[in-house]
Amino acid sequence: MTSSDISVELISTVADAFERGTALEIQGGGTKQFYGRRPAGSLLRVKGHQGIVNYEPTELVVSVRSGTRLSELQQILAEAQQMLGFEAPAFGADATVGGMVACGFSGPARPYRGAVRDAVLGVKIINGRGQQLRFGGEVIKNVAGYDASRLMVGAMGTLGVVLQVSFKVLPAPEVTMTRTFEMSELLALEQMNIWAGRPLPLSACAFYADRLSVRLCGSGDAVLAAGREIGGDEERDAITWWASLREQGLPFFSQEEPLWRLSVPPATGPMNLPGDCLIDWGGAQRWLFCEHSADALRQVVRDAGGHATLFRGGNRDSEIFEPLQSVQWRLQRELKRAFDPRSILNPGRMVEGW
Amino acid sequence: MLQAESRRVRGALIAKLRDILPRQFVLTETEQLRPYECDGLTAYRQLPWIVVLPSNSEEVEKILALCTARGVPVVARGAGTGLSGGALPHPHGVLLSMTRFDRILSVDRANRTACVQPGVRNIAISEEVEGMGLYYAPDPSSQIACSIGGNVAENSGGVHCLKYGLTVHNILKLEVVLMSGESVTIGADALDMPGYDLLALMTGSEGMLGVVTEVTVRLLPKPAVARVILAAFDDLAVAGNAVAAIIGAGIIPAGLEMMDNPAILAVEDFVHAGYPRDAAALLLCELDGTESEVEAGIREVTRILELQGATEIRVATDEAERQRFWSGRKNAFPAVGRISPDYYCIDGTIPKKRLGEVLTGISKLSNEYDLRVANVFHAGDGNLHPLILYDGSQAGAFERTEALGGKILELCIAVGGTITGEHGVGVEKLNQMCIQFEMPELDQFHAIKKAFDPAALLNPGKAVPTLSRCAEFNAMHVHKGRLPFPELPRF
Repeated sequence: MTSSDISVELISTVADAFERGTALEIQGGGTKQFYGRRPAGSLLRVKGHQGIVNYEPTELVVSVRSGTRLSELQQILAEAQQMLGFEAPAFGADATVGGMVACGFSGPARPYRGAVRDAVLGVKIINGRGQQLRFGGEVIKNVAGYDASRLMVGAMGTLGVVLQVSFKVLPAPEVTMTRTFEMSELLALEQMNIWAGRPLPLSACAFYADRLSVRLCGSGDAVLAAGREIGGDEERDAITWWASLREQGLPFFSQEEPLWRLSVPPATGPMNLPGDCLIDWGGAQRWLFCEHSADALRQVVRDAGGHATLFRGGNRDSEIFEPLQSVQWRLQRELKRAFDPRSILNPGRMVEGW
Repeated sequence: MLQAESRRVRGALIAKLRDILPRQFVLTETEQLRPYECDGLTAYRQLPWIVVLPSNSEEVEKILALCTARGVPVVARGAGTGLSGGALPHPHGVLLSMTRFDRILSVDRANRTACVQPGVRNIAISEEVEGMGLYYAPDPSSQIACSIGGNVAENSGGVHCLKYGLTVHNILKLEVVLMSGESVTIGADALDMPGYDLLALMTGSEGMLGVVTEVTVRLLPKPAVARVILAAFDDLAVAGNAVAAIIGAGIIPAGLEMMDNPAILAVEDFVHAGYPRDAAALLLCELDGTESEVEAGIREVTRILELQGATEIRVATDEAERQRFWSGRKNAFPAVGRISPDYYCIDGTIPKKRLGEVLTGISKLSNEYDLRVANVFHAGDGNLHPLILYDGSQAGAFERTEALGGKILELCIAVGGTITGEHGVGVEKLNQMCIQFEMPELDQFHAIKKAFDPAALLNPGKAVPTLSRCAEFNAMHVHKGRLPFPELPRF
């Protein structure tokens, strides 16, 4: 396990950039560079800031430097039969913990075990003034001060350079079983949400091409009983399949971009949009290859109570994320100013102009 | 403000508020204001200037816009059960009582959500959806009285939060009125939202950033079975090891609670739960899930408890016995209230492995300050509630109690914990915030506040201490050489 603390160097680089007012593009493993608006600024490499700082399996908490490889963290947790519950996609072997937090992507288990932000307990960051700040901590319950830790998740580094993160970890499930069903999209969406309302050990539900896949995780007894209750066929080789879904390695994902990510209330019926669609998160996350105009597509998703993100491809100088409404835009702009007054951290990566 | 000037400003404000609200919902007479002078932390009292009781978000928008125009502070209040003085009124401010926002607006069974007004009581949500096999998971001990709006403000937990999370994990969307009088939707009916995670920021912000007028909560399926084990120990540290062993075995109990001997005796005298009176520590471990899963879990936990040296183990055989086991823990606060004229509840969180050393430290401090302490502990998540027993009618007793409480919180920080697990900072723990956070961090909190409330009119003076207060406190504190446990590393 590599361990190196380069925080002093990182702090001095950010403080210097603050003095000069020059932009920094923050980079971990560089595996998610495709995501968000086009980055700008000189490269600030965080991946040298590595190491597990504290891990106590019986406390269910791990604290890790942001440049640590995600795979390395996962291996250490697995050795103690534990895991990060949210099943983050890596999109490459070099993926780092900092990049995972900055992008905030969660995998198929998200509706049942929570998202990245749900597992974050505390952070150390460098704000846009070059100050090292620490929020939250290494305990599960903590309400001292505003929750600036979870605010870092999905902020794509625009509020601070993430130096260290403490996560709540979960025990790895004893048994995993996948069951599949042939059915229509309409029925599958109904069925996934009926099951989610029952005390079943669900850990993933996905649908594509008339096939519903349901993953059950937990103690041996509970999984067997649940398998009998929901029926379907047992899928033996499912671990690879779920990993390919998470990492966007299924053939579905090799279609011609742009790829849209739709986040909608889970029980939303089939979306009335052209293009090929794969459903994950028990209905709450839908992947869509679609050439439709962004405005028209976003309107359909908004009407369903959700929002759409241009996940891969398309024009990266345009609105990649759902445009914010006026009061919301102002609040987020002010919050950005509060952390990064000179807008030097990943400027424009989320919203045009800041 | 001079008294005559203050009377004039107040009179003009009352007139304007009566344009917004019917007369009976603008309270101005001292006897009407009295019930609002404190929240659950009754040691702090302040009569509000004016109390208003709006019933819809348009009224809240108008009231906040009016107060902003006139530079008048506003304090929002839910059920008033908070334990840190977060709803303590401002002497020249409007107290905004949200109790008339008391309707469950809709339940979406397919999406497993409920949209409710902030004055709805926590338990009322679970009662409403019980027939659907669903419930709202966070269950603070005040759940029969506390409101969901207050839960959002404090990020309330409960005995089940190790497994099911806090308020922040169980809400999806808020309607919020900013101090400017503008409304904004935060979060979504989907599982995430575009932009920064303002939902996390709002949760636990102690009414400093906005006034919540609507909450959409996530509902979970009710577990098929729940069973509880009671275990007694003749040593607190051994009980602490048993907690670590259960979690280390990959078991996440639905609830895992501990009590020390003074707490056991107090509740036993009060509710006769059948707890062993001679035990040094008592552990309650609840498991939930499917029938077979819980059966297997009970066997495993029993085995671990035996191995760890429990002196007695009992498994509740039916629902009545389960309720009886829990009744002691759930009545711990009132039980302690019976054996002492007054008690003061502390709310620190510590890494579980430091429990033995923290309890030893508390016991030393208890002797030093000559005040008895009973401890109840959310053992699964490290949240410790020392209850300090005192007699408020004795001169100086409360001040001594507060000082002891402060020392206990400093001890929690010193072992790597925090000064508040679930009760919030309010007015109570402002000094300890100066110890837990560095100046640039407090400065960052003030900058966050400013982004939402530039004139600092919403619940001013709470939750985050001013830098000058901390400068003064820290100087006093270290200067007098009273820094506790100087041998411990500070981080």
